[in-house]
Amino acid sequence: MRKFALTAIAAAFALTAFANNSKASEGVVPPAMDWSWQGLFGTYDRAQLQRGFQVFKTVCASCHSMRYLAFRNLEGIGFNDDQIKAIAAEYEVQDGPNDDGEMFTRTAKPSDHFPHPFANDKAAAAANGGATPPDLSLMAKARPHGPDYIHALLTGYEEEAPAGVEMAEGKYYNHYFASHQISMPPPLYGDDVEYTDGTEATIDQEVQDVTAFLNWIAEPELEARKAMGMKVLLFLIVLTAMLYAVKRKIWAKIEH
Amino acid sequence: MSAPVWNNKVVKWVDDRLPIISMVHHAAYEYPTPKNLSYMWNFGSLAGFVLVTMILSGIFLVMNYTPHADMAFDSVERIMRDVNYGWLIRYLHVNGASMFFICVYIHIFRGLYYGSYKAPREVLWWIGILILLAMMATAFMGYVLPWGQMSFWGATVITNLFSAFPVIGDPLVTWLWGGFSVGNPTLNRFFSLHYLLPFVILGLVVLHVWALHAVRSNNPTGVEIKTPQDSIPFHPYYTIKDLFGMGVFLIIYLYFVFFAPNFFGEPDNYIMANPLSTPAHIVPEWYFLPFYAILRSIDFEFLGIPAKLLGVLAMFAAIIVLFVIPWLDTSKVRSSRFRPVYKWFFVILVIDCFILGYCGAKSPADPFMGLHGLQVITVGQLATLYYFLHFLVVMPVVGKMERPKPLPASISESVLKGGANA
Repeated sequence: MRKFALTAIAAAFALTAFANNSKASEGVVPPAMDWSWQGLFGTYDRAQLQRGFQVFKTVCASCHSMRYLAFRNLEGIGFNDDQIKAIAAEYEVQDGPNDDGEMFTRTAKPSDHFPHPFANDKAAAAANGGATPPDLSLMAKARPHGPDYIHALLTGYEEEAPAGVEMAEGKYYNHYFASHQISMPPPLYGDDVEYTDGTEATIDQEVQDVTAFLNWIAEPELEARKAMGMKVLLFLIVLTAMLYAVKRKIWAKIEH
Repeated sequence: MSAPVWNNKVVKWVDDRLPIISMVHHAAYEYPTPKNLSYMWNFGSLAGFVLVTMILSGIFLVMNYTPHADMAFDSVERIMRDVNYGWLIRYLHVNGASMFFICVYIHIFRGLYYGSYKAPREVLWWIGILILLAMMATAFMGYVLPWGQMSFWGATVITNLFSAFPVIGDPLVTWLWGGFSVGNPTLNRFFSLHYLLPFVILGLVVLHVWALHAVRSNNPTGVEIKTPQDSIPFHPYYTIKDLFGMGVFLIIYLYFVFFAPNFFGEPDNYIMANPLSTPAHIVPEWYFLPFYAILRSIDFEFLGIPAKLLGVLAMFAAIIVLFVIPWLDTSKVRSSRFRPVYKWFFVILVIDCFILGYCGAKSPADPFMGLHGLQVITVGQLATLYYFLHFLVVMPVVGKMERPKPLPASISESVLKGGANA
């Protein structure tokens, strides 16, 4: 048993070290932040998610789409049915064809998805200096270091490129972007929104809030997953301990 | 042991007409098993358990998945967000693939260390390698199905390897793709085969267990069962030991599923496939990295064979060589426990495979482990060289030269002397 435990621990260490080392080469590593949803018991902060949604719909959504967000999903960040209906009613979506064969626009319902800011990717690129703003639904899972990277990127702009760096036309210098030359102008300056809960909208507050929101839309199942995981692991630990006791009992008379 | 007598009339009625109950009884209950198996012998049954988990979770995923280039990515996200417990089923499946390879790799290295490939277990070993090959094909095609950036570009890189073959190369790749690039026909055929191959694996596993029961389990001493004192019935001794091992395994597996579900994955695969944008680094899943390193380490032509073809051949040879090791290993002794010299070469082989894995993950021009002046490609080449030297030179030569330690007369003698800790 002792040998087994040692082997298991050694294997786990080797595996972790190996896996961490084996991730594809990355650019500048973003500083690790303290997020409320980290760790075994981490959960989202509903108020923060709602503030993050406010930043997203006021600032980000003018260029970025959010294809996997339906208004009904906002229940997950603590809005009730009436609030969701009210939020949806702020938007118009295209529907149809109607009985006359015409497409028409109508007020959005909770079952509708968050409307895209542009008709298609080409239109998005044309309006943004040739670069299509990426969809943000999965951004927190689609970059190494996910939320840390988003946070670092949004705060990583430099007013001047370092000496010797030739900036391409219409690009902005960002410390954490892979090529350091990003097409997105600095999106947040502080006071870009007036928070409904009265929180002061400093740039750091806004960045943290919108990062939290982006992590939620990438992993809306996170809280359910961790809660279930806790129960499952506790059950398994007890079961495994009992199986070990039974195993010892059964093997007690065998020389091995 | 004599044929069991069934007292229950229904059981007897069935068994007289189809002796399936006797067969199960014979295979799982009476099967005489060496009494000294260590926990390294748990990984076969664990791999079988993961296979069943993968097939079951896969069947439920397919109920909600759409194999179309325009819809596959969205359908996977729909599983994650709108299907009840879809995230659980998908994360079980995704992490199950990694767990499957962990179990199988440990199982293979255990077989290598204790000489489980030697007579009379050669066919058992061969079937195992066939299972590994089928698993690799299945895993590769499964990774393509979510149609993310790594799915698409991984498929492009790997299928393109076949273009290295002279004359037939290019038509072969077009035939594999069902077009002139990886596209919807490729996705459809990979989906079809990804559903088919697990059942082929299941059939091979049946053959593997059948062959095992014909030649019996090897054990840490490598000495065959000689007298009834050497063995114990599989049930209850190994059923309970396997169950305990399964408990430990599930804790590890489900930790990843619930708390670090994307640990083994590449972030790029959460970006929808885009044929117009190549990711900066195309890397396969971790379980292919050592083979990927072997492929890339051949950057020179030899005897007029171009580097690319040579790399492809080396990569396939890395597995094919395993088929002939029952004859490459010249030692009369099975277990490395009694092979003082070969034991250390085995350790080097394990480290070598980890180094190959590391090299497979990095760009060839990167410094190795941050050491300046030492490129990943150079280390990868040396590691590739050792990999083949180990099987083609070390195994035959050390087997002949080495003086093994004295073997115990029997399993029970080794057990009584505390041989399990030798």
